[in-house]
Amino acid sequence: MARVEVPLLRVEQLQTHFLTQAGVARAVDGVTFEVAPGEVLGLVGESGSGKSVTGFSILGLVDEPGRIVGGRVLFEGENLVAAGEARLRQLRGNRIAMIFQDPMMTLNPVLRIDTQMIEAVRAHRRVDRAEARRRARDALGRVGIPAPEERLSAYPHQFSGGMRQRVAIAIALLNEPRVIIADEPTTALDVTIQAQILYEMQKLCGETGTALIWITHDLAVVSGLADRVCVMYAGRIVESGPVDAVLDRPLHPYTAGLIGSVPSRNRRGARLAQIPGMTPSLFALPSGCAFRARCPNAGEDCAREAPPESVPEVGRTLRCYHPWQAERAS
Amino acid sequence: MLVYFIRRLGQAALVLVVMALLVFVGIYAIGNPVDVLISPEADLAEQQATIERLGLDKPLWEQLWLFLVNALGGDLGRSFVHGEPALQLILERLPATLELALVALVIAVTAGVFLGLWAGLKPDSLTGRSIMTGSILGFSLPNFWLGLMLILVFAVSLQWLPAGGRGDTVSLLGIRTSLFTLDGLSHLILPAVTLALYKTSLVIRLARAGTREVALQDYVKFARAKGLSSSRVIYVHVLKNIMIPVVTVIGLELGSMIAFAVVTETVFAWPGIGKLLIDSIVNLDRPVVVAYLMMTVFIFILINFAVDLLYSLLDPRVRLSEAKA
Ligand SMILES: Nc1ncnc2c1ncn2[C@@H]1O[C@H](COP(=O)(O)OP(=O)(O)OP(=O)(O)O)[C@@H](O)[C@H]1O
Ligand SMILES: [Mg+2]
Repeated sequence: MARVEVPLLRVEQLQTHFLTQAGVARAVDGVTFEVAPGEVLGLVGESGSGKSVTGFSILGLVDEPGRIVGGRVLFEGENLVAAGEARLRQLRGNRIAMIFQDPMMTLNPVLRIDTQMIEAVRAHRRVDRAEARRRARDALGRVGIPAPEERLSAYPHQFSGGMRQRVAIAIALLNEPRVIIADEPTTALDVTIQAQILYEMQKLCGETGTALIWITHDLAVVSGLADRVCVMYAGRIVESGPVDAVLDRPLHPYTAGLIGSVPSRNRRGARLAQIPGMTPSLFALPSGCAFRARCPNAGEDCAREAPPESVPEVGRTLRCYHPWQAERAS
Repeated sequence: MLVYFIRRLGQAALVLVVMALLVFVGIYAIGNPVDVLISPEADLAEQQATIERLGLDKPLWEQLWLFLVNALGGDLGRSFVHGEPALQLILERLPATLELALVALVIAVTAGVFLGLWAGLKPDSLTGRSIMTGSILGFSLPNFWLGLMLILVFAVSLQWLPAGGRGDTVSLLGIRTSLFTLDGLSHLILPAVTLALYKTSLVIRLARAGTREVALQDYVKFARAKGLSSSRVIYVHVLKNIMIPVVTVIGLELGSMIAFAVVTETVFAWPGIGKLLIDSIVNLDRPVVVAYLMMTVFIFILINFAVDLLYSLLDPRVRLSEAKA
């Protein structure tokens, strides 16, 4: 896969907080990463770790009472956090597209598929309806929907969940975006379709140089798809790096725990490891490292201050005082 | 679709017959029209003649039987008071009421949906809160009082609009309407606004509640993520979804608006069927009351049918063959 040095999208110290009655939820708290054209970045973490909010923040679509309170989102050098609504609208669905988590909810139930696709084309291109419809049909064909011409005039409820997610993916592809943020787009699908969609997305991105941010909690998906991976925990990226390095030699105990909890063939018969405890509430994060209460390696220093970001190897980042490998070696 | 129509028709016929029976017997039980209709000075022979002419000497079941047989032929009887066919009396006055109700409906839906959308999108803004306060006012103001106040301000003080009556009408396809003359419209505004106010408040509440719910849905966010303009998101994606409950409720309310425009018609001396009904009840003019109620039931049935059709247009998940009637 071609790698270009210029980052297409760079997220820098992004902070998105929800100012609720119960207090401030730091859903995204100082997240930094970048993606190059054609690169696939996996964003992994447990439920509630802030993956979706990170995606919405990039597009400026954070729901009330959420707000981006700090950091920058640089798309081709332009800071989107400072951009106005009109500029964001030009980019959304056009240069940066997003596929949502729940395929049953992303299509408007009372509008036909062609209406929902044609409007997406015509929001960004001066083409007539016939041309927009043709593009819509081609996009449906590309994601493997049989008889796209007929399916265009159907309503969402006439599609299965998997088909709806393909429609959502087709909508994201319509304007040939530079970046696609895919928020667990295959979680709701069965395994064969999942593999098929993964393969097709990977191929499309390779062909067009589109960067892909793939949000998931499934490490197995990431290992087959992504070039690089960011592991998120409680609003922070605790570890990042090339996917093979991170999965083979995890440094953060949380990453190690995630890997240990994935079933695999060569460990058949062994008990699956589990990360003890539960994801902490964002309103009651412990002082220091948010993971320390569940961490086998935690020491006293972990309670004092959240670990800063370090660079343990070239191309990798880590937020931990007691990395996994180092502990085991000693 | 055909099955749906046939079932619908059967139900409608049944409702009409049951309704006719109930009203016929009900009015019979209230009192003897002879007492009201015949002047006390008339001698016995005259009284007897009138009673026979009206068919009131026959036993109830026979009167009922005659009525049903005639009704099948489209004859709902003659008014005891006016001597004209009851149906004709009603049809003469129906256009005025329909016109009033329809204009009120248009006002209620357009104003209500627009204000409700606004209040739903910006629930905490000053405008949003004012709209909601206004809708509470609209719920609680009595119809006749509002009518009188409007007359006082716009007819008496400012003298911009007439205080009552129907104004000039033109004939369109044989129906007299005041929608197409300036004078007619100026007579229509105040009663229509009066009649619309309550329903407007209702639509505002429905539209606001719908908007607040729909605005949080993923598909609205997804529509924004596609880069659509906010007006397209609001007026296509949100609006079409909130119209489903609005249409249902307004359909039900339109019937009651037609049937019970009585107060407004009285305040504005509007020559509709409401006035006719009141007079007929006072005079125990049974044929007119029965014909009126049957007409109302008929209109309700028509409206329900129209609502079902609209519903299937708005919501693709509803198919008429499956629709519960
Ligand atoms: N509308 C909101 N109001 C208040 N807090 C919110 C809101 N949306 C998200 N959050 C907070 O942000 C945190 C992160 O949410 P997010 O949806 O990004 O999680 P996620 O990593 O995508 O999880 P999942 O895998 O379940 O989708 C949540 O735990 C929640 O506390
Ligand atoms: Mg999510």
